[in-house]
Amino acid sequence: MSDHSIKDVLFGPIATNNPIALQILGICSALAVTTSMQLSLVMGVAVAFVCGMSNLLISTIRSQIPSSIRIIVQMTIIASLVIVVDQILRAYAYEMSKQLSVFVGLIITNCIVMGRAEAFAMQNKPAISFVDGVGNGLGYLVLLIAVAFFRELFGAGKLFGVEILATVNDGGWYVPNGLLLLPPSAFFIIGLIIWALRGWKKDQVEAEEYKISAHTVKEAF
Amino acid sequence: MSNKESTSKTIIVAFLLCIVCSIVVSASVVLLKPIQEKNKALNLKTNILAAAGLLVDGASADEIETLFLTIKPQLVDLDTGEYVDPSVVGKEVALDYDQRKAAKDPALSAVLGGDLDIASIKRRVKYAKVYLVEAKGKTETIILPVSGYGLWSTLHGFLALEGDANTVVGLGFYEHAETPGLGGEVDNPRWKAFWPGKKVYNLEQGDAPVIKLLKGSVDNSKPNAEYSVDGLSGATLTSRGITNLVQFWTGEQGFKKYLNRLRKEA
Repeated sequence: MSDHSIKDVLFGPIATNNPIALQILGICSALAVTTSMQLSLVMGVAVAFVCGMSNLLISTIRSQIPSSIRIIVQMTIIASLVIVVDQILRAYAYEMSKQLSVFVGLIITNCIVMGRAEAFAMQNKPAISFVDGVGNGLGYLVLLIAVAFFRELFGAGKLFGVEILATVNDGGWYVPNGLLLLPPSAFFIIGLIIWALRGWKKDQVEAEEYKISAHTVKEAF
Repeated sequence: MSNKESTSKTIIVAFLLCIVCSIVVSASVVLLKPIQEKNKALNLKTNILAAAGLLVDGASADEIETLFLTIKPQLVDLDTGEYVDPSVVGKEVALDYDQRKAAKDPALSAVLGGDLDIASIKRRVKYAKVYLVEAKGKTETIILPVSGYGLWSTLHGFLALEGDANTVVGLGFYEHAETPGLGGEVDNPRWKAFWPGKKVYNLEQGDAPVIKLLKGSVDNSKPNAEYSVDGLSGATLTSRGITNLVQFWTGEQGFKKYLNRLRKEA
């Protein structure tokens, strides 16, 4: 099983196999936390940690897990890790955890974590699985940061909470685009990023499932 | 036992996993609890000081603790407006009374009728914990706990009034989950700066609270400007929630009797 090189496994998920942009996983939290760069960073790091650790642990005990309860075993490990992360954030990054609120807990349901556990950690050795988990977490983080960059800059005129465009509310000139602070805008931005990514890496374009054929019947009008 | 798909093996794996995971989870919760409690308490104190305008920028945790010692907590019976002894709620000092916990306790709170419950808080406490800033034997600032429903969440915060029990010193929320950038602008210092100097009651026309948030900005030439605060743009429902919660807590069901008493004594 040494057909995975560490470099590919770690950096592949950033552009060539991005969990959000190509696999379209983890969209829910990507909509919710990308209103600020800081939140996205914390969230991305939390996901990378949980994903890496869960892959490591699951891979370590993979030969012991009976296949009939493997999903439950994975969920239990992931859920425990997420609770630990949530508790740590509450203790050491109180402000952050207040803003992230329920979304830290929802890492449990983030399809990326579960997907990597099932698709990679169950078949591979612990070390490479850990790297794969962290890599996918990084892919998630990079996309989150990219989306948050646009949302925070044009929605609030700030980056990492530091004012870049002086908004009208603060006596400046920039009228913030309120839509960017609402979840739907993340859909637009993620969509545009996917478009750009597929324009750059043509092999990500999916084959069309069907083709619209030409009209065969002449309409009456 | 060699077959990992056997029933006994499945049960053993599940059992061991549960034991290990529960130990890890409980350990993290128990070990981190004291730090979390400290954070929560500090956050509350910071917000009380901020509402009263006593907070200096970039104050350290120790400085906040010291500043907080100058503030005197008192319990108020909302129905009579009189101070009560902390023993009424089974505590030795007023500081230990947890008003939010009490709001869920049937012995210390009562259900609010539909018409009375303008702030949508469902239950109201019998005793509220206010904080007083005193100087030279006179009450300088009265800090009242307020809460009410906005758009997505119940906002919890503090409203600070001057010793005349009418003029606002500040309003701030320490816990809410309104939309960032829209309703979440309640945390914006520029919006908070609209509050100081406003009046809650128009005492010439009775003792019902008249302060409210307007749509748009306040026209200072209008006679009501003193009782109006700029609404939050793009957050009509949060603004309405704030009007409601301020009016509720300064109204008949809230601190009105207590504030009336203070005003008479002053």
